[in-house]
Amino acid sequence: MIIPAPAAQPSFWTAAAMIAAIVLTSTAGEVLTAGAMKSIGDLDEIRAHSGLRGAIRAVLTCPLFFVGVGFLALAFFSLLLALNHLNLSLVAPASASLTLVTNAIAAKLFLKENVDRRRWTAAVLVCVGVYFLAH
Amino acid sequence: MAQTKLSPRQYLILGLVAVSAPLGDTCLSRGMTRLPAITLAHPASLVAAVFTPWIAAGIVLLIGFFASYLTALSWADLTFVLPATAFGNVIVALLSRFWLHEAISPARWAGILLITVGVGFVAQGPSLTERPTILNPALDEALEEAVQLEQEQAR
Repeated sequence: MIIPAPAAQPSFWTAAAMIAAIVLTSTAGEVLTAGAMKSIGDLDEIRAHSGLRGAIRAVLTCPLFFVGVGFLALAFFSLLLALNHLNLSLVAPASASLTLVTNAIAAKLFLKENVDRRRWTAAVLVCVGVYFLAH
Repeated sequence: MAQTKLSPRQYLILGLVAVSAPLGDTCLSRGMTRLPAITLAHPASLVAAVFTPWIAAGIVLLIGFFASYLTALSWADLTFVLPATAFGNVIVALLSRFWLHEAISPARWAGILLITVGVGFVAQGPSLTERPTILNPALDEALEEAVQLEQEQAR
């Protein structure tokens, strides 16, 4: 039986690149999915008028939704790759908390959401909170 | 007009978003740790794992999370919905403390406090950004059908 040698710890920049890949693909996926859902409209209202099938059809006929899901899948595989080289105690809190901040920035830039002082404060509080909770 | 008040049904959907993801992850974790080590040499065992009760329950919960998350994104901003997903970590931590009697470090209590305050901050504000016009073909079509139906009933 061959026992694999323990993998060398990646350098700081390699670890940063892996976490950045998760954060960027996850942010792209979340923003594109949110944009798709906004373009479709209130699913509760669509379901009330056209039934569950109508709501599912509205989601599945939106190309932007699939682009968003594609990026979310990329984020998942980036996470798996990072977990293969880095500790969970580093990857999970770092990616989860950084994604909250990048999502707030991307939502303001691309979705034109009104990210006021209240939402910025909340994003930073939740970001630090997730870090403490998961670390 | 910006929506400031959510209906009880919408709060229920946000609750599902918060609870179903961490519970689904917990079910997957519990199911996978109970299985013998899976290697790429036997990929069929990974497929078989999907049909074990804990992993199947985890998958059902995660499908429920994605459905409720998409529904929430259709009537609320991303920056409103995301803190709700983070609040799920608080629920899991509290469950592990009071149900499983696990110890929680002061740093984790600080995290719980910060997330709770952050979610409270967002929940006080409007859930949706005010926009002059919303291009919404699916909703327009559904509304048109409803109006036609009402007109037919009136005749």
